[in-house]
Amino acid sequence: METTAGFTRPQPHMRFAGAFAALLAPAAALADYTWNFPPPVTPVARETLQIHNEFMIIIGVLFTVVFAIMIYSMVKHRKSLGHAPARFSGPTGAVQWFWVLVPFAILLFIDFVLMGIPAWRAVVEMEDTKTKADMVLKITGMQWKWQYEYPESDIRFVSALSTPREQIANQEAKGEHYLLEVDNEVVLPVGRKVRILLTATDVIHTWWVPQFGVKRDAIPGFLRETWVRIEAPGVYRGQCAELCGKDHGFMPVVVRAVPEPEFAAWVESKKGEQTATAAGAERTWSKDELLAKGKEVYEAQCAVCHQPDGKGLPPAFPALSGSRIVTGPLLGMNGRLAKDGHVDRVLNGKEGTAMQAFRNTLSDVDLAAVITYERNALGNATGDLIQPAQIKALRREAP
Amino acid sequence: MSYAPTAPHDTQHDGHTPSGLLRWLTTTNHKDIGTMYLLFSLLMFFVGGAMILAVRAELFQPGLQLMQPEFFNQLIGVHALVMIFAALMPAATGFANWQIPLMIGAPDMALPRINNLGFWLLPPAALLLTLPFLLAVFGVGDGAVATGWTLYAPLSVQGGLGVDFAILALHIFGISSILGSINIIVTIFNLRAPGMTMMKLPIFCWGWLITAFMLIATIPVLAGAITMLLTDRHFGTHFFNAGGGGDPILFQHLFWFFGHPEVYILLLPLWGLMPHVLATFSRKPIYGYKAQVYAFIAIGVLSVIVWAHHIFTAGLPVPALLYFMYSTMAISVPLAVLFFCWIATMWRGAMSFETPMLFAQGFIVLFGVAGLTGLVLADVAADAQYHHSYFVVAHFHYALFAGGIMGVMTGVYYWLPKWTGHMIDERLGKLHFWLTIVSFNLAFMPQFFVGLAGMPRRIPDYALQFAEFNAISTVGAFILGFSQLLFAYNVWKCMRGGEKAAGRAWEGADGLEWELASPPPHHSWETPPAIR
Amino acid sequence: MAQTHAASHAGPAHYYVPRPSIYPFVLAGGLFLLACGFILQVNGFAPGPWLMAGGVGVVLFVLHRWFGKVIHESQSGAYREWEDKSFRYGMIWFIVSEVAFFAAFFGALFYVRNISVPDLLSMLPRHEMTLYPEFKDLLWPQSGAGPKGAAFTPMGAWGIPALNTALLLSSGATVTWAHWAMLKNDRRQLNLGLFLTIALGVVFLAFQVYEYRHAYTDLGLTLGAGVYGATFFMLTGFHGFHVTLGVIMLAVIYGRCLKGHFDADRHFAFEGVAWYWHFVDVVWLGLFIFVYWL
Ligand code: HEA
Ligand code: HEA
Ligand code: HEC
Ligand code: CUA
Ligand SMILES: [Cu+2]
Repeated sequence: METTAGFTRPQPHMRFAGAFAALLAPAAALADYTWNFPPPVTPVARETLQIHNEFMIIIGVLFTVVFAIMIYSMVKHRKSLGHAPARFSGPTGAVQWFWVLVPFAILLFIDFVLMGIPAWRAVVEMEDTKTKADMVLKITGMQWKWQYEYPESDIRFVSALSTPREQIANQEAKGEHYLLEVDNEVVLPVGRKVRILLTATDVIHTWWVPQFGVKRDAIPGFLRETWVRIEAPGVYRGQCAELCGKDHGFMPVVVRAVPEPEFAAWVESKKGEQTATAAGAERTWSKDELLAKGKEVYEAQCAVCHQPDGKGLPPAFPALSGSRIVTGPLLGMNGRLAKDGHVDRVLNGKEGTAMQAFRNTLSDVDLAAVITYERNALGNATGDLIQPAQIKALRREAP
Repeated sequence: MSYAPTAPHDTQHDGHTPSGLLRWLTTTNHKDIGTMYLLFSLLMFFVGGAMILAVRAELFQPGLQLMQPEFFNQLIGVHALVMIFAALMPAATGFANWQIPLMIGAPDMALPRINNLGFWLLPPAALLLTLPFLLAVFGVGDGAVATGWTLYAPLSVQGGLGVDFAILALHIFGISSILGSINIIVTIFNLRAPGMTMMKLPIFCWGWLITAFMLIATIPVLAGAITMLLTDRHFGTHFFNAGGGGDPILFQHLFWFFGHPEVYILLLPLWGLMPHVLATFSRKPIYGYKAQVYAFIAIGVLSVIVWAHHIFTAGLPVPALLYFMYSTMAISVPLAVLFFCWIATMWRGAMSFETPMLFAQGFIVLFGVAGLTGLVLADVAADAQYHHSYFVVAHFHYALFAGGIMGVMTGVYYWLPKWTGHMIDERLGKLHFWLTIVSFNLAFMPQFFVGLAGMPRRIPDYALQFAEFNAISTVGAFILGFSQLLFAYNVWKCMRGGEKAAGRAWEGADGLEWELASPPPHHSWETPPAIR
Repeated sequence: MAQTHAASHAGPAHYYVPRPSIYPFVLAGGLFLLACGFILQVNGFAPGPWLMAGGVGVVLFVLHRWFGKVIHESQSGAYREWEDKSFRYGMIWFIVSEVAFFAAFFGALFYVRNISVPDLLSMLPRHEMTLYPEFKDLLWPQSGAGPKGAAFTPMGAWGIPALNTALLLSSGATVTWAHWAMLKNDRRQLNLGLFLTIALGVVFLAFQVYEYRHAYTDLGLTLGAGVYGATFFMLTGFHGFHVTLGVIMLAVIYGRCLKGHFDADRHFAFEGVAWYWHFVDVVWLGLFIFVYWL
């Protein structure tokens, strides 16, 4: 059911040839490229595109008229043609004044009528998030991934970049959706009005999908809202649009829009997955299981900052290899949470730094696994491990 | 009562002026200070440009080639801060120092020592801005500020010591601007030659006067905002942290209350300059002097009430969105007045196209592109698509490079004969102009299109569909950058020698400064000229 | 454009352009040291305090010499009406810039009280969709509910703050009295008026120090006490800093008065400082109303 996001591209190795051809023969070579917004798939995006097109025509005309006059003058009124300079320095007489004021009347008309009225309507529509909303999607931005929640169905997952590092480092050929692909796509039903609530945990992020015409900031500690009604099934890609630190460029948004029944099925399967995970928290895990799972989680969640080898990028991102916190005591007295201990740091993060609280993003199993992994890999060998059930209990303790 | 009414010893003639380096460190002469401002600005233009050329090189292809994302983020922010605070603003202040006293018949600036302080604060500030790069090399800290020039909290609360350096640098730049502004206001109010009423004031001085008011009103607000940022970082306050009842958006409001007027602060002196150049090379009087002065005032007033058009996506309530949209659009009216007057000044003149005139006309056309795209950015709905995309980057480079830097070059080419006593090399000047125009458009026109197609700004790596336009843009940027070496060479050449310039260096030039010899004597207008 | 003719004696005599001076350059260097030292200090690098001390030393030294020089020039009659007018304009616009500086903090206070705090509170009922579920259901004063939003008691308006208002207002009166005496060339009343102004300023500062101690030790009201604490201390703190500067400036003027400087026609320095003092006074009224009272 995948419609392409509207781009057809030449092969990568043709790209530079393309660039140079573009310099020589713009019309022919660039016929393929996007000169405008990508095809809209929501009412708001359609309206935005239409407004944009109208404005481009208006300013195009203004530009042409104004500079045609100027260029006419430059051609005609030059000294080399022996043109004698006039001496006027302002309008004189009613007729001249009239002609001087006409452009401004036109300009005011353009500003506040031609451009102003459609804009008003569009704004009001854009901001109307509440009327007849069919469902809610809650989005939380965090360095450098998105968490999606469906409050009505109790689904929650994290979505992060899935492009391999090798591609970014130019060691491998780049895939078709380079930088615009994620591990867990958000799935939304076609034709439904989805009210989107946004927030963030650490710094400001901006959720942007060009084909939806939606761009809204996710602000830590506050809720912001917007909405979409997707009109066609497909996969829609966008990116974080607010500078949010090191990996701001690597924080894509991928939305898969599917017909209603397919969506319902997806919800069911997702729920099933989550019940399974929750069940996993009840049993006791072996160390090998935890290490294997932990490696997976570490690479997905932690390696962007602490690096795959655990050496970090000091001073901004500390090394975990040999870290005092990681190699220190696992738990405090009586098995309780030790303030600023390893579990506390991962569960609750550290305020004012990029180290976020993972209590809301990771499951008990993930947390237990990653903590165990950190203590027994990345050059550390404390030998101890922690069980999902313990994490579950520790969660309830105040930070 | 020891007030001794002895005749003041006239220190201007006692011949004890230090020479060599000490002359420049200690000078109280507006021309020396103006020269220092301008040379400093030129240097920093190359520093800021070199940084962004590295960025453009990284953006030549998808993938990370040259640098890590952190370093990329540092480069773009410092590029912007250097260009704005260390290149463009000092250039305008350099013009003010050289020209205002000459144009209004004043012996010097009103507060000469303060004037010198204003300049000498700049090198320390610029050093603070760039020092963290060096410190990081020695293992201290993690480099310069990596938040972009906007320093948005809480990213800037999280950042390393580069943010502190940037904050302190901005404080010092700010003090310098305030001192410069006070000086300019006082000079214009108090040191005009007898008979020069405000409505006879050269229009360049009007541009600067309004600029100075705007600086005095907005720089302290920036200072307040970054001070709060500093205390949030180090002294436990919660201005920008919801955990304590604060709000990150508060920072954005404060920043843009400064930031939007700032873009007019950068251009108003140059809008003041344009009529002089156009009139000179059209051999006609300035059209609509009063209308332009009123337009300046209107721009000054409007500039401080439209700031939130930079944060349309932050989730403001609908009435606020509408208000900021319409007030922003209203700015097009005084700007249309300026465009109208510029074109009417040329209309039916006897134009000749020396380098300054070419730059002035290039400025008008390209700044037209910036202004018109600004107008569509003001639309809230469409801005949801444009915001933080390369469309905005293109918009403001048309304003800041084609408006700002090319405006400065117009002024330099126009006044250089007056300052040095030598005519510029026209051939080189024209070559510089054409190279600049072509490569500028090559560098920035494609950015409009990648922006529309959905490329966010401030990213070190991008999806494949943006590759071609970025490659073109990088090629353009490099040609643009290296063409500017021609400018530096031309200035240097003009300083060293060349065809002697007459007092009235350009045939159609009008105004007090052209009554003096070129170069003017070290102390000019010691006795004020009388204006009829 | 205006026409000119070579008029040699149309205007007033020469404007005083001071000789080259090294002070601006050294002052800039001092500020650089101070800034570097400060940054190193807050980031915990050892040389910080030393650099800061060096910077402060340089700045104080230069200010001392620079102002000394200006006073000397003034006393030797270098400045006449024309220059005097420049200084007055300069001082006025400097004070305007200070007004804008305080406006930023008042703006922040207005914003948190009327926008961000109500906004945070309005999120409460919506299904646990706030990061701060424990946010206290109070409008203002508010310390937030983050980890650091500790309990505190807000500062009342009718104790020391009211007293301080009275003190500053009367100091405004005494400085005006001194000015009046200056115009009448009554040196005794001039000196007395100035002395009282300074004394009132010092008492004000003493009270404020006491109030801060009280806030920190008894009320739990600290810089970290949410936005209430932050705005409270930033506003009153910067104001207190300006009062301190004002007192120092008044003290210098007092010293000069005692030495017999100034006369009825020529006392820009005195007036400039008086304006500054009135400005500080007005800001305090704003503080009293918006920070303490409402
Ligand atoms: C000198 C710099 C400069 C100037 C002059 C301008 C001028 C304008 N700018 Fe721009 N702008 C920037 C520098 C500048 N800008 C920068 C740096 C940013 C990005 C900051 C950041 O995020 O980092 C930005 C961003 C920016 C935004 C935010 C975009 C976003 O992030 O979402 C907006 C939105 O409204 C905007 C609008 C405008 C408008 C309406 C003008 C108006 O002043 C333009 C007015 C001019 C005209 C309208 C043209 C004049 C008229 C004619 C040519 C002909 C008509 C004539 C007749 C009919 C007679 N600008
Ligand atoms: C006055 C302001 C000004 C000026 C003049 C410029 C000039 C240029 N700018 Fe910049 N720019 C900004 C202000 C300015 N910019 C701002 C405010 C931002 C936003 C930052 C942010 O997001 O926070 C920005 C961001 C910005 C970006 C976006 C980065 C991003 O979002 O990821 C890009 C990308 O192409 C760019 C490019 C350029 C180029 C190619 C030039 C060219 O004009 C430069 C010309 C080049 C030279 C002059 C260099 C010459 C040097 C040599 C030839 C080497 C010789 C070396 C020595 C002698 C030392 N700029
Ligand atoms: C967005 C960046 C980022 C991510 C992702 C991240 N961390 Fe961190 N981490 C940090 C930073 C920054 C610190 C340093 C905090 C401080 O200043 O004390 C840190 C500190 C830590 C520490 C304490 C180390 C020490 O010696 O101080 C541990 C343990 C840790 N992180 C574990 C993890 C785990 C486990 C994950 C993934 C589940 C993770 N981190 C993901 C940024 C991150
Ligand atoms: Cu998240 Cu940019
Ligand atoms: Cu703006």
